[in-house]
Amino acid sequence: MIKAEWFYWLVGLSFLVMAGQMFTDRSNAKRRGTAAFWGLIGVGFIYSSWVVNGRAPAEPLGVAVLVMVLLAGCGLTGRGTPRTTTPAERTAHAARFGSRLFVPALTIPVVALVCAVGVARLRIGGAPILQEGSETILGLGIGAVVALVVAMVMLREKSLSVPVSSGRSMLESMGWAMLLPQMLATLGAIFQVSGVGTQVGKITTAVLPDNSLYIAVVVYCLGMFLFTLIMGNAFAAFPVMTAAVGWPVLVEHFHGNAPAVLALGMLAGFCGTLVTPMAANFNIVPAALLELKDQYGPIKAQLPTAGVLLGCNIVIMALFAF
Amino acid sequence: MIVLLGVLVVVIGFATKRHPLLVVGAAGIVAGLLGGLSPREVLAAFGKGFADSRSVTIFAITLPVIGLLERYGLQEQARNLIARFAKLTTGRFLALYLGMRQIGAALGLTDVFGHAQTVRPLAAPMAEGAAERRHGTLTDAARERIRSCAAAADNVGRFFGEDVFLAVGSILLITGFVNTTYGTHLEPLHLALWAIPTAVCAFVVHGWRMLRLDRQLERELRAAGGSTGGDRPTETTHPTGHAGNATAAEATE
Repeated sequence: MIKAEWFYWLVGLSFLVMAGQMFTDRSNAKRRGTAAFWGLIGVGFIYSSWVVNGRAPAEPLGVAVLVMVLLAGCGLTGRGTPRTTTPAERTAHAARFGSRLFVPALTIPVVALVCAVGVARLRIGGAPILQEGSETILGLGIGAVVALVVAMVMLREKSLSVPVSSGRSMLESMGWAMLLPQMLATLGAIFQVSGVGTQVGKITTAVLPDNSLYIAVVVYCLGMFLFTLIMGNAFAAFPVMTAAVGWPVLVEHFHGNAPAVLALGMLAGFCGTLVTPMAANFNIVPAALLELKDQYGPIKAQLPTAGVLLGCNIVIMALFAF
Repeated sequence: MIVLLGVLVVVIGFATKRHPLLVVGAAGIVAGLLGGLSPREVLAAFGKGFADSRSVTIFAITLPVIGLLERYGLQEQARNLIARFAKLTTGRFLALYLGMRQIGAALGLTDVFGHAQTVRPLAAPMAEGAAERRHGTLTDAARERIRSCAAAADNVGRFFGEDVFLAVGSILLITGFVNTTYGTHLEPLHLALWAIPTAVCAFVVHGWRMLRLDRQLERELRAAGGSTGGDRPTETTHPTGHAGNATAAEATE
């Protein structure tokens, strides 16, 4: 069986190799801090496997995470001068290889697709080939490995250090933004155990007037939206707002159609995901990936759509769910 | 009530533009300690949170191959390709991408598209290429705008497509939470059906905004064209445009 953990080890290992390259890169004035930051993430990725299955304590990893935060937060990480091709060389390569360049790029989505719809159902000796519940991650991982092989054969690139150092340049240019999504997921979990959700639920119930269906609909949707803004994740907001308003008021008291109320409530939360920097993997990481100067560029592009769709969810729920 | 100070740390931190990692780290420590965790438990929470959330960083596995292909001119070729389809403007291309992303997500293929694997190497350069063919040289502001819109098309398509698929996390979360808490028997199918109206709204609203983008770009670039003209040596020929901009971005960091 192909396990998701293998790909986490592969990612960890490539971070470690890249950290080695960063350490020896004299063009980076902050090469030690940069190498330490990515090296720690690499070790953390591998060590995490034993944290997840409960065989190793989580505290050392927590210390490492806080060290990463301090390294990046205090400006001890930087980037070297990428050793890559010039624009003229790229144009020449593009003319030479033409649309064959798309073959490896499209290999990733195609393999991911095949894994998700085909390989996921295959079994060898009763056991699934792909670890259950991780098929999409595995598809992406297998797709990336296959695409790398295809690309190296097609481009006649012999040395593995070329793609590794290309990937490292991208990592260095994204910098700390790469770690932010995992930090925010952690923060969401800490908020949950320390009772932030319960408090927000209490406040919501307190501001809700009795016997007004339409106000209750607005409070539920707006609550999902705002709480998702804070948590960066509609999944964290859903149980809180549903326990406070969605179920007791909208479904039980006003006899709403439960699937409609709950599905639209979740989608109202997704509108919040579109406009919060706390959803860093959707909003901040792409800004870094696309080398935008304005890290809020994607959020600004999404803001009007999110506002209109929040209104749509409220109207659809008010009109059709009761 | 005092645990809400953790939320306050986040809001103030982001509002005053402190380093996001420091803000989130501090907020986690504050919320954890005020919520009754011991310092040791706070450390364990950070460690466990990192371990459990590695899947959001797994896209890093695609970076070496994407980086290698970009060395060999993948983005330039994406621009060349889009230049052959004269009718495909930036807005129409992004609306098409939005639709494909929604349909893909609705079929459960959320990770087939994505910012690292399709937006950066393909969708963003194609959207820029289409704009360059139509408007000539792009200003930095227009380039940023187009790239932001490419990222936005991916997010909107994903969010408002995935809930139409039965086995997606959010649908399973709803049924799991409600069925165990309130003892009901909600079917994922009914929830997924109720996601369709919003999915249609999302395509209409965001698709319309993308189509309007063409006119906005035209207006902005015409206004900018009068003052800055064509005197940007790194961006005068279109295949080198992106690379020129990337070096400019690096220089300003």
